[in-house]
Amino acid sequence: MNYQYNIGCSLNNLKGIREFIRSALKDQGIPEIEMAAIILALDEMCSNLMIHAHHCNPDHLLEVHIDVPEKGKLIFEIIDDGNVFNINQFHSDTLNDLVHEKRKGGLGIRLVKSIMDNVEYLSRDGKNICRLTKQMR
Amino acid sequence: MVHIKRLQESGNDIIAIIGEIDASSSIELDLTIAKSVGEGFTKILVDCSALEYISSAGLGVFMSYIEEFQDKNVKMVLFGMKEKVANTFTILGLADLLHIRMSKDEAKKLVDELSV
Repeated sequence: MNYQYNIGCSLNNLKGIREFIRSALKDQGIPEIEMAAIILALDEMCSNLMIHAHHCNPDHLLEVHIDVPEKGKLIFEIIDDGNVFNINQFHSDTLNDLVHEKRKGGLGIRLVKSIMDNVEYLSRDGKNICRLTKQMR
Repeated sequence: MVHIKRLQESGNDIIAIIGEIDASSSIELDLTIAKSVGEGFTKILVDCSALEYISSAGLGVFMSYIEEFQDKNVKMVLFGMKEKVANTFTILGLADLLHIRMSKDEAKKLVDELSV
């Protein structure tokens, strides 16, 4: 099954993304605690892109795709044409570093890497694709 | 959308978060905590019982105050979290850096103990 949602890069649209994911996956039998974590990871990825690659310009669009190729396997793609914001290029700071530097960012990348099994970046038709894979256990 | 209420009870400043905290609304939590500290409260309880969702932007707000609270001897305890919200703190290991309790009574007891 495939689902798609297109949204402008305004942080006010994050709630719409969360609702789209919950609605698309509602019949997959995913436990609530896992569902909440998956929604969180997508929120983090989209907000990172909106802020760092698109400077929250609501005229810039993100496409969020969900593919469920087989029971329990979830593939998410976030497609845009901004600068690539590759979280794999960032090392995860320790929590103590974040506390000491009073940084309000940096936690989102840790969350995404903890929740998703794989995060990869591809390029197709001149667009950037961030693909997140989650295998339910 | 988030709605944040404050009320004072026995010297504690109780901050109740109602709704969802994401990158668009975390500033409201930040401003509320800053206001509480600015008014001189040293015992802050955060009521999370109506908090439905928190992303890293909100977690980052709590993290960013840890050292300031140590310097100013401010104690903060979070309480009443739903399991799905508590899981977000657990994934990051924040449960070890922040004080979190199940009930308001437990939170009050801990904030008093920490303040001695």
